Amino acid sequence: MIVGALFLAACFSILVTTTILLVLAKETWGFFQFDEVSLGEFFGGLEWNPLLGAEKHFGIWPLVSGTLLVTAIAASFALPVGLISAIYLSEYASPRVRATLKPALEILAGVPTVVYGFFALTVITPVLQKISPSFGNYNATSAGLATGIMILPIVCSLSEDALRAVPRGLRDGALALGGTRFDVSVKVVVPAALSGIVAAFLLAISRAVGETMIVALAAGGVAQITANPAAEVQTMTAYMVQIFLGDAPAFGVEYKSSYAVAAMLFAMTFLLTMVGQSILRRFREEYD
Amino acid sequence: MSTIEPKTSHAPASAAPNEMAVTVRGFSSWYGDFQALKGLELDIPARQITAFIGPSGCGKSTFLRWINRMNDTIPSARAEGTLDLHGVDLLSRSLDVVDLRRRVGMVFQKPNPFPKSIYDNVAFGPRLHRTYSRAELDQLVEQSLRAASIWNEVKDRLHSSALGLSGGQQQRLCIARAIAVGPEILLMDEPCSALDPKSTLAIEELIEGLADRYTIVIVTHNMQQAARVSDQTAFFFEGRLIEAGATEMIWNKPKNKQTEDYITGRFG
Amino acid sequence: MAAMRSTASRLLANRAFLLVCLVATNVAMIVLAVLLISIFWQGAETLSWKFITNFASRKPAEAGILAPLMGSVWVCSICGLVALPLGVGTAIYLEEFSKRTRFTRIVQTNIMNLAGVPSIVYGILGLTAFARMFGVFGTNVDDAITLGDEESLFFLRLPFGSSVLAGGLTLMLVILPVVIISTQEALRAVPSSLRSGAFALGATRWQTVWGITLPAAIPGIMTGAILAMSRAIGESAPLLVLGGLLLVFNTPENLMSDFAILPLQIYNWASRPQDEFHAIAASAIIVQLGVLFLFNGIAVFIRQKLQKPLQ
Repeated sequence: MIVGALFLAACFSILVTTTILLVLAKETWGFFQFDEVSLGEFFGGLEWNPLLGAEKHFGIWPLVSGTLLVTAIAASFALPVGLISAIYLSEYASPRVRATLKPALEILAGVPTVVYGFFALTVITPVLQKISPSFGNYNATSAGLATGIMILPIVCSLSEDALRAVPRGLRDGALALGGTRFDVSVKVVVPAALSGIVAAFLLAISRAVGETMIVALAAGGVAQITANPAAEVQTMTAYMVQIFLGDAPAFGVEYKSSYAVAAMLFAMTFLLTMVGQSILRRFREEYD
Repeated sequence: MSTIEPKTSHAPASAAPNEMAVTVRGFSSWYGDFQALKGLELDIPARQITAFIGPSGCGKSTFLRWINRMNDTIPSARAEGTLDLHGVDLLSRSLDVVDLRRRVGMVFQKPNPFPKSIYDNVAFGPRLHRTYSRAELDQLVEQSLRAASIWNEVKDRLHSSALGLSGGQQQRLCIARAIAVGPEILLMDEPCSALDPKSTLAIEELIEGLADRYTIVIVTHNMQQAARVSDQTAFFFEGRLIEAGATEMIWNKPKNKQTEDYITGRFG
Repeated sequence: MAAMRSTASRLLANRAFLLVCLVATNVAMIVLAVLLISIFWQGAETLSWKFITNFASRKPAEAGILAPLMGSVWVCSICGLVALPLGVGTAIYLEEFSKRTRFTRIVQTNIMNLAGVPSIVYGILGLTAFARMFGVFGTNVDDAITLGDEESLFFLRLPFGSSVLAGGLTLMLVILPVVIISTQEALRAVPSSLRSGAFALGATRWQTVWGITLPAAIPGIMTGAILAMSRAIGESAPLLVLGGLLLVFNTPENLMSDFAILPLQIYNWASRPQDEFHAIAASAIIVQLGVLFLFNGIAVFIRQKLQKPLQ
């Protein structure tokens, strides 16, 4: 009896996924039923202006570009810093140092994203503006850096797990051949942990792609395709916030467009998470 | 008396008065407050095979790991006394430990090939210390694999993963890897204990062949192995060196009762 | 002839790399310090007891966070009350009762994937499933089915609309995978020798779980639960989608009340251009972080004091 209840609990999680898929599919299908919208323009068009009265455009790429730009900036900060911190924690740090650093990383991981958004808006952006006046009040770099700080603990802790999974015997072997700590860490341990590290990167990037509050506060609302880090951009998630906070009627094309964007977002993060998890699973099997 | 037939030392009588590879005087070591080794006095002759025997926990592996300063990885480990390798004081603060480990090779109980190709495993050590041309490296890898009696089995798959080899092959690969950096002395910490009897035999033969060029120190639990393979034997017990000398002597005329008891299997 | 690599240059590389490592690791610490200091500096002045007990207001000087604070309490309580049993139950099923079937593997992979879904998507799901209930009860407010009196404690309305209940359930969706995964890890950490001992004495699987495994895993489960709740307290995107940024002047009265939560109040004030609003946003953040530290501190305390090594 109890087992039955537990089994139902487990099924609930399947129910959740199924419902997400159904809801997104249904609403997206509804979106494409509108005259102004076509599949070709969605995937081929380079302009996204759903709120302009007459001239509506629904090409998805400006929003994707915004997401990718912010994510790229976040990754270029968090991946190297996170990995190197992980190497330090795993290969060099004494237990005392680890005891100080790990709680700090846990705090960073627990800070609500809206706080990072606030930080980006009130601290990072002014600093960037002092460095160069080309940074407007909303820019991709500010949001990107704050997102990078947010995912840093994920990169660090997952990478560290991967590094620690490498058996001690390999380190001993490399030391015994006359390797320095650097040789052992970088030439033996990191390559041995590589797939675990790649999985960590993918999972962190997936988190950055799905981030909402930081970009809603700091990145801006102009959907454009650009690689300029000082530019104002709109990410997929920020667009969704704009729609859900706005007055667009629930049966209109603008409203439905946010479901289509959500579907795209879901697909992207799902892919990243799936690939990341499967690499991680294979890595763990190797070292068990 | 023991029924094991000890090996008679193969060092030719015409050899120079035995050059000592390792000289140990009054050597003691601790892990924190625990004293693991107590006042060892020992000479390890060059280009012979010396076996360290003794029950579990007697300190033989600990001592072995001092010879290439692997105990440095344990923060609470410290040592006092004299430990010299060909005249070099191994306990000196200014010792270049990285270079020491190039001169002293180590093979571990559990084979630990890197998750790289066979070629890269053997080439790893040399590449750390020198830059080589491709041709030089190829030659070095082949020489080392031949010396470890594994060349014929792997020559056609040098670039496949080392992890695909059997346990015995992996251990021979580890020996090739250790030889490749050109050490003077090889330390082996129970190299066969994780292997099947056939592989064990292959490695014992290999070790005997290597003794022409390298000083070898082998820690072993297996007394038949010690008797078969080694020229010199040192018996450890509870952190002390009870007796050391030519294997023949230790087996046939041990001076110490404890040694005799251990060898005849009364304990340990 | 192969050229020797000087040991000096190798040791230099060794030392240089150590330096790089230290810099990288300190970046995290420095960033955290800058973050906390800047927030504190911006918000300390406007933080006061009145701030905590006031309701919202158009004027920053008179605004307070009582409504969002209580809203957060209601929403997170509902979230926890549903997510914890559901999550722990799922984890127990997966770890202790299921066999290695294809179904189990699918469920497991599914949970790992759910953990990676952006929280705003959960907001959309909550909006459709809990607030609007798939349109089953119509889309007009007047068509809603109600039970009980709107002012009293026991009031139910179908569909739930953007109520505290809908908010709590939506948040539950977000933290459910986290609870499941951390509980699974806590159960896995219990040595199988304990279970074997119980089986050998003739205990059924459920008796073993209830009497041996679960008690042993409780500290780990609690730590995981507290960290999940700490995450729930800070989540804003899903509830933004669900209820928008209503300006709420009351604390919730029943499950169907409108709600505001602290993170969204922060968002609201932060997105205004005026500095005064930024100042009170920072004050609200201080309160938010205070709660976060409290929860994390409790979790760390439990981990250190109660998690005796099970070996």
